[in-house]
Order: sequence, then C-alpha cells, then structure tokens
Amino acid sequence: MGDVASLILKRLALGVVTLFVISILIFGAVEMLPGDIAQAVLGQSATPENLAALREQMGLDQPAIVRYFHWLTGAISGDFGNSLVTGERVSSTIGPRLLNTLFLASYAAAIAVPLAIILGILVALARNSVFDRVANILALTAISSPEFFLGYVLILYLSVKTGLFPAISSLQGDMSFGDLLYRTFLPALTMVLVVMAHMMRMTRAAIINLLASPYIEMARLKGVPSWKVIVFHALPNALAPIINVVALNLAYLITGVVLVEVVFVYPGVGQLLVDAVSKRDFPIVQACCLIFAATFILLNLAADVGSILTNPRLRHPK
Amino acid sequence: MTDTKEKKKDVLLKVRDLRIEGYSDEKWIEIVHGVNLTLHRGEVLGLIGESGAGKSTIGLAAMGFARDGCRISGGTVEFDGMELTTTPKSDLRALRGLRIAYVAQSAAASFNPAHKIINQHTEAPVQYRIQKRLQAQEDAMELYEKLRLPNPTEIGFRYPHQVSGGQLQRAMTAMAMACRPDLIIFDEPTTALDVTTQIEVLAAIRDIVDEYNTAAIYITHDLAVVAQMADRIKVLLKGEEVETADTDTMLSSPQEDYTKSLWAVRSFQRPQRSRPKGDVVPVISVQHVDASYTSGEKVLDDVSFDIYEGMTVAVVGESGSGKSTTARCITGLLPPSAGKILFRGEELPADYHNRTKDQLRQAQMIYQMADTALNPKVKISEIIGRPAQFYGKLRGAALKSRVDELLDLIELEPAKFYNRYPPELSGGQKQRIGIARALAAEPSFIICDEVTSALDQLVAEGILKLLDRLQKELNLAYMFITHDLATVRSIADEVVVMRRGKIVEQGPKDEMFTPPHHPYTDLLLSSVPEMDSNWLTTLLEERGVDNVGEAANAK
Repeated sequence: MGDVASLILKRLALGVVTLFVISILIFGAVEMLPGDIAQAVLGQSATPENLAALREQMGLDQPAIVRYFHWLTGAISGDFGNSLVTGERVSSTIGPRLLNTLFLASYAAAIAVPLAIILGILVALARNSVFDRVANILALTAISSPEFFLGYVLILYLSVKTGLFPAISSLQGDMSFGDLLYRTFLPALTMVLVVMAHMMRMTRAAIINLLASPYIEMARLKGVPSWKVIVFHALPNALAPIINVVALNLAYLITGVVLVEVVFVYPGVGQLLVDAVSKRDFPIVQACCLIFAATFILLNLAADVGSILTNPRLRHPK
Repeated sequence: MTDTKEKKKDVLLKVRDLRIEGYSDEKWIEIVHGVNLTLHRGEVLGLIGESGAGKSTIGLAAMGFARDGCRISGGTVEFDGMELTTTPKSDLRALRGLRIAYVAQSAAASFNPAHKIINQHTEAPVQYRIQKRLQAQEDAMELYEKLRLPNPTEIGFRYPHQVSGGQLQRAMTAMAMACRPDLIIFDEPTTALDVTTQIEVLAAIRDIVDEYNTAAIYITHDLAVVAQMADRIKVLLKGEEVETADTDTMLSSPQEDYTKSLWAVRSFQRPQRSRPKGDVVPVISVQHVDASYTSGEKVLDDVSFDIYEGMTVAVVGESGSGKSTTARCITGLLPPSAGKILFRGEELPADYHNRTKDQLRQAQMIYQMADTALNPKVKISEIIGRPAQFYGKLRGAALKSRVDELLDLIELEPAKFYNRYPPELSGGQKQRIGIARALAAEPSFIICDEVTSALDQLVAEGILKLLDRLQKELNLAYMFITHDLATVRSIADEVVVMRRGKIVEQGPKDEMFTPPHHPYTDLLLSSVPEMDSNWLTTLLEERGVDNVGEAANAK
C-alpha cells in the first residue's frame, strides 16, 4: 500500500502544479480583456482624477506581475479579494453559492451515477436487443439536446402543463430538506439527463469489451449465469474506465451547470459567474474559474486513485 | 490403462457427424466437416492437430458450446443420453461446470484477475448447491494438496497474479474438478509452460483424472505430450478426422501419410559446424554483461559468450532466465550496467542511440510473434523496403528490384506478395516476411527470438530450413533464443544454457547433448517429453513425484 500512498502524493503534487499554471492562464486571460475596470465601475461621467484614484485604490496602477502574485498569495490563504461591484468579500459572496451548486450537483449525481451504471449493466446484458437500442437512443437524444432546451421541455411538461414541480428553484433559508429536494428536482433531473448517456454507454462498452476475454469464457463454461458473468466477472475489471467517465461527469455537474442555473433561476456559482462576467467583476470571475479548475483536478485525481485501487495487481503486490 | 476394456462398457459421449460453421467475410463457412467421436467413462482421448484443425472448436462443442462467431450446424452430440445440440440453453448451462468442465490453455488469462483463486473455485459448487461455501473451500484445499500445490491451505487465498503459471494451471485443473464432473476438456493445458513445469502439471492431471475416473478430452499439438496422457489418439486436419487409434498403435504404426509427416518433423537436423581454426575474431562477443531493468534486481549476471561467423548459437533456458534480456543488451535497447559487447573485436556503444547506422545495420532481429511484429496497415513491399531504403539508401527501381530479390530469397513469389498486407498472410508467410525484413539491412548477425514457437511443427520446420539455407548462402551468424530443445538439436552449433540471469553451461552442441551434464542442463534435457507412452511414468519413478518441476528447479 506504500506504493499507492506515494502515488497519490505524486499526483497531488502534480495537481498543485497544474492549478498554478491554470491560475496564470486565468489571470492572463482576464488581464487581456478589453476595457477599463475603473471606467466600468464609475461609469461614463467619471473624471480622470476619480479614475486615477480608483485605480490606485484597486492597485491597478501596479504592474500585472505584482498584482498576480498579490492575488495568488491572497488566494492561497483563501482571500480572493473584494467584489468590484458590491465591495463584499469574494469568499463570502461565493461561499453560499458554492454550497448551493454542490448540493444540486450531489443531488443529480446521487440519481445519475447509480442509474447510469445499472442501466449500463442491463444494456450490456441485453446487448443488441430492442431494450439496448431504445435505451441508447434515449440517452443519446438527451445528451445531444442543449441543457436549456431540455430544461424548458421539462418545465413545459412537468411544471406548466401538469404543475407537478415548481418551474423556478428559489431557495429560502428555512426550507426543510424534503422541500429542498422537491424544489430543485427539475434542475437536478435536467442534469441527470445530460450526464447519464456518457456513463451508461461507457459502462456498456467497458463490459462488452471484456466479454471476449478467456476468463469470461471460463466463467461461462463453469455454468455461471449470464447476469453473474457480467456483474461478478466483467464489471470488477471494467471499473477503471467507468470511474474515469464518472469523475469527468461529476466535474461537469459542478462546472457545467451555468445554463441550467440560469434557466431555473437557481442561486448557484454558475449564475454568479455569468453575472460577474457581464458586470466585469473580475475578482469573482477569477475565483470561480479557479474553483472550477480545482474541482476538475481533484475529481480526476480521485478517478486515477480509484482506478488504481480497482487493480488487484497494485492492491496486492506479489 | 490396464482396465480399459472394463470401462468400455459405458459410453459417456457420442459425437456423430459433427459440423461446425464459422462466420467470416459475412458468410458462414464450414470449419468442422463431420467428425465422429466416442468416449467411454474414465477414458482419455487425445485430439491432435495443427492450428486450424478445429481441435478446440470440437472440444467446446462437446460441452454444447460454440464461441461467438461459430455455430454447430449439423450432427449430434450425445452426452450421457442427453442430446446437447437440441437442449435448451438453461439446461446446457446447468451441465457446465457440474458434469462437464473445461481447462483452458492459458490459466493466467483464464482466471479472473479481480478475484481470489479459491473464490473462483467455489463458484460452481456453491451455485449448484453441492457444497456450502466453507465446505467447498475445504474441498478445494484438499484438491490443491492432491495436485501437489505448495501451501494448499493458503495458496487459494491469493490473487491469480501472485501465483506462478504452472501452479495456476494446476489450480485450474482443481477448479474443473470442483464438482467432480464426468468429463473434462483439457485445451492445451501445458502449451504455455516451460518443460520442467510441464511435467508436474502433466503428472498432476494424470493422477487426478485417474483417481476420480474422470473421462477427458485432451487437446494438444504436441504428440509427445498426448502420448503420456491419452488412451486413444485422434488426429485431425482442417476439421476432418485423419485417423484414430490406441496410443501405442498410433505411435508405433501410424497409417496415414499426414500422421507420418507429423511424426517425422523432429527428424530435421543439419550438420554441426565448429568454430573456425586459428586467430579469428568472433562476430559478436558478449563479455561479462550485467543488466537490470529500472532500479530492479540484476536480471543478467556476468553473461559471456561468443558467436562466430556462419554459426548458430542457441541460447536456451526457461522463461525469466534472461535470454531475451541478453538480446536487448546486444541490440542496445537495454544498456548493460556492466561489461561490454564487441562486434568483430570493436566495442559497440551500450545505447543504440549512440551507434552508427552501420553498427545498427549489423545486428537485426526476428521476433516470436510475426503477427504483432509486422504493422498490419503497411504493404509487404514497404515493410521489406524500409530497411533497404534506410540502410542501403536505395530508391525507385533499385529498391524494387532489391525487394523482389529479398522475396525470392525467402521463397515467396514477388509478383504475388509485393502489394499485399500482413493480415492476408499465413503465420509461416508472416514469419518469412519478418526474416526478409531482417535480411534487408544486410546484417552479419541475426537474433532469432523464439521464431518458431508460435508456429505449427510442419511450418516451423520450413522456417528452420530456410534459416539454415540463408545462413549458408550469406554466411550469417545466428543467436537463436528458444526454450524448445528439439529446435536446438536440429539447428544449433553451440549451446548456451541460461538460468536466472546466469550462464549455467555452454559448449558445442554434441558435447552439451552427451553426458555428463550440468545438473540443470540434465533437468532441462530429461524434461522434454519423448514419443513413448511410458516416458512420464518412468521419469516420475526415477525422480519421484515430489522432485519434478518447480521443486526440482529450486535445487
């Protein structure tokens, strides 16, 4: 197990390096955006003196490298600066939003991951049957439609026509957990539909890929029933690719929700990001991007470790 | 074998006019053309033939099983009164593992890497409710002990990759025995094993089949092996039966020409050459080479030998003995950690990156698996033309005529093969292309890494004869890596015996093959099965059952 621990540490260190590179890219990209922040904040009527004063106050008169390291050292200690628009601390603006996004992502993941894997196993078992084809077509239709379209379709049928679920997921502080689940059901369902196809099809492909292996033939020749062949003999060996796709989709659930949040007016990070971009609130944009990048890196790291742990050769060395 | 007549009363398996079709190029083609087979309780039938003879397909059909892309298209398979070709799938499944079991060629690939060995063993008995799980585990340990596996109470709780190939093959035989089936299909169970390991697996299989009076179909391409195991032998060729007879009759007086040709393969032998007299510098001289893979243990330890012009040095040893690593050191793929490689007296840079084109040209390789060594998407003319272009700087018409010349040299008609792709060729033809590619560089030294072990005996003989002819014509030096001592006997001039990275013994072939031997050489030589149905019995009596295979090897 010592090998696995050192491997995780190595990957973690690599992740930190990646994050550092990304922070440069984010800062550089924001820096290259046209326009003047001070002008944007003060509006057209601002006097040159006012502009210069504001720039100095925001530290904009310093060279970009100095500002980058200032921002970076702050970010490392959890201080992303203040919002340019509201003047509030970025961390206190993003914090509750991030929790909302994480809640919605976990909600969608809790439905999508087990459902996708079970469906994937079922279609692998009934491969090339009508069930397989129908499931594949439906999953592909869902993934090929844009999220906002799916969202509106769901609103039309499950909210406007039948009134089963609320169309807008406004949250209040004193809601019970059940109420919370009910109110966020439509955005969660939209995201389930968006991410399921990948995971289901990868589960199917990874399992079918193994069905020609000698040990699968051996299991069949031992008289093992076909569902058991798939679940006990193929699935454990197919976990590595499945875990990787699951991790990518989980990352998408957190970072790709912008459109869904906008459609359902859900107070998450995605919506905050869209607002911040339109208002040129760069500290918030930078912080959101950094959080998204960290999410991707962490989930991919988890996937790597997960696929290593499913390999018995690494778990039980000779 | 003595009470065969008594056993004959009871027919267990009766196959009549079995026809099997395979799907290729979008149509069904018959690959087994009406084979008959009768097996009595407790009897062992050997099925023998080259690849493509349909041995495995027939073996599986005896379980009512056809691989994907195959189907039983005609005939009957009657197992203990039950017609398997018409039995519903679920009833068929209930026979498998319980009354008919299967032992596959590669145990390493046929055990699921994700589960412990014993859990795979107990799967069938628990599913058929013959035994509870713990009971089945105890039974497994008992079988492991009978099959002479080390630590029978503990070995099952390991994962397949933690156990050696020979042990896995015995564990698989134990697994097949789990429900005490009436019939076991052994599909080349020892083909992937070293000779010394093969013996103990053969002995273990024979004993346990005998003890439980299990009937067996033993599939192999190795005549000497089947002679030890089977009561009767059936020879197959391209999905048709050639002949069937008792083992002794078959060995002493085969009737058909094809059978006789199989028997005769081992007779090819070229005259042995000896080192040139006087002060001659060897083509390749390996001097005190040590090597190891990244930060691992030493895999080569003080390896030294010389190869002279026009001579063949066979490097023999079991898997893991360092034969291929030595080849990697010579070609510069793995720079040795100590020692040096001389080419005609001049030291070669350790790393191939630092060698000149001319130095690189001198040492070429031919690989074991022609399938994987040739790019399937590249034309034959380009495969052979590339080294001629790279080393010889040939272009246009000169290049084409050189490729034609090379194809002529390997006895393939240039006009026919020039524009073809490797997948369109047979195994033997692919290996010939591999040889042509090596020759295209005009080397003075060729490393042949197990070049015949993936080929059928007749095809392999053709390749050996070709290599011999080329050696005479072009005065080539060969380093011939092999674990097959029959091949060594037929073509080597000198023999180097390796074991665990060290050279155990080396010398001219005639000396190496006549006693006294080094004990390890002796073990290797005496482990090669002979065409005598009593060979295994005699050998076990001489050595004792606990002193074969890995046990003997450890000494």
